[in-house]
Amino acid sequence: MVSEQERKIRVLVAKPGLDGHDRGAKVVARALRDAGFEVIYTGLRQTPEQVAEAALQEDVDAVGLSILSGAHMRLTEEIMKLLKERDMGDILVVLGGIIPEEDYEPLKKLGVKAVFGPGTPTSEIIDFIKSHVK
Amino acid sequence: MGPDTRTLVQQLLKGNRRAAARLMSLAETLSPEAHTAIKQIYPHTGKAHIIGVTGPPGSGKSTLVDKLIHEFRQQKKRVGVVAVDPSSPFTGGALLGDRIRMSRFATDKGVFIRSMGSRGSLGGLAWATHDVVRILDALGKEIVIVETVGAGQAEVDIIKLAETVVLLTVPRLGDDIQTIKAGIMEIGDIFVINKADLDGADRLYVEIQTALNLGEREQSWEPPILKTVASSGEGVEELARAIQDHHTHLVESGEIKQNLERRCAAQLETIVEQSFIRKLFVQAEEREHFHQLVQKVCTRRLDPYTAAELLILRLIQPRIESDSS
Repeated sequence: MVSEQERKIRVLVAKPGLDGHDRGAKVVARALRDAGFEVIYTGLRQTPEQVAEAALQEDVDAVGLSILSGAHMRLTEEIMKLLKERDMGDILVVLGGIIPEEDYEPLKKLGVKAVFGPGTPTSEIIDFIKSHVK
Repeated sequence: MGPDTRTLVQQLLKGNRRAAARLMSLAETLSPEAHTAIKQIYPHTGKAHIIGVTGPPGSGKSTLVDKLIHEFRQQKKRVGVVAVDPSSPFTGGALLGDRIRMSRFATDKGVFIRSMGSRGSLGGLAWATHDVVRILDALGKEIVIVETVGAGQAEVDIIKLAETVVLLTVPRLGDDIQTIKAGIMEIGDIFVINKADLDGADRLYVEIQTALNLGEREQSWEPPILKTVASSGEGVEELARAIQDHHTHLVESGEIKQNLERRCAAQLETIVEQSFIRKLFVQAEEREHFHQLVQKVCTRRLDPYTAAELLILRLIQPRIESDSS
């Protein structure tokens, strides 16, 4: 039956850059699905342009980036810039993967709202997204 | 809140992709506000050639759609894609993975791809898929490809939406009886045997051909059966040509008018049916009345047909007191 629906939380889970390790991204995508989110999964090796454009077309509330290549500063900076150009500077962006702690603060300065390192319980990510999307 | 609906519609008609995306999310709420937006958009639609791509899970629909986008882009056509994946019946969540196969077009401004969760609809599309297609049409896409949920035997809602239905199948799913069953095997304007490099493709070809020839009805369009290997692109050019041929056939035979009327009628029927049902649940008072009737049906004090008549009567004439126990 059709009934009026609340806006579902839509999250883009993307893997920008060149590393090919997507198990973490898949675990998170699956957990978000089970939390009732609509997860748009882009697959591996996305360019920043592809990520930003997918975020726009899918009108997502949040973007989760998984980066294990070490190129997180450059990739994130570029993606944040491209999102702003698309008038999406205010959507929630979170990061996961292998990110050295000393980069957390600089990433937050770029506009990233949270960095989830290895071992983060998925429930923490879910709660964070739920309480921070507009 | 962002810009109001009217502004979004104006932006959409100027080709603004962000406005299109936001209107799609609005459409998915199925709210009165969403319908207000579609009312404004509708006069600007009807130009796109809507192509449905359906078939079982894993048959290669997304990969084939990716290759079709490529073909249509070679022809300089603007392409919209709506890809539907199932929503969980338990949590309402969904993992929408069709974009993975099409990501090379993410940055092509002539292509707009939108993923949708089916959100409880069982016919292979989501309730709002029609509206998302309308938005792509109004955005100026000349071709709109709709990829259904992985379909089994009876998910045939795509015929209410698409002018041309491409039905994908793959070798070794079953015997020849599968090809003469009612349901999905009846809806293809074009049959595609994908993964045609696998064993059993020739046999499937003969089975489909035989099944199509068993019909006694004289048809003006004989559905072609094509073989493709979507992953390598083999046969996709021929498929794009067959899609174009089908469109030309509809136009030249005049069947395009019946095709359109059939789809409009089906869409209107669905809207009326669903609006009716929704009215039962909008107001607490109506919900209460509905549940009272449910109780009576469960306890055999009332049969379901009489209960339905009472509900309909009350919706048409809200003031009638229908307590008849």
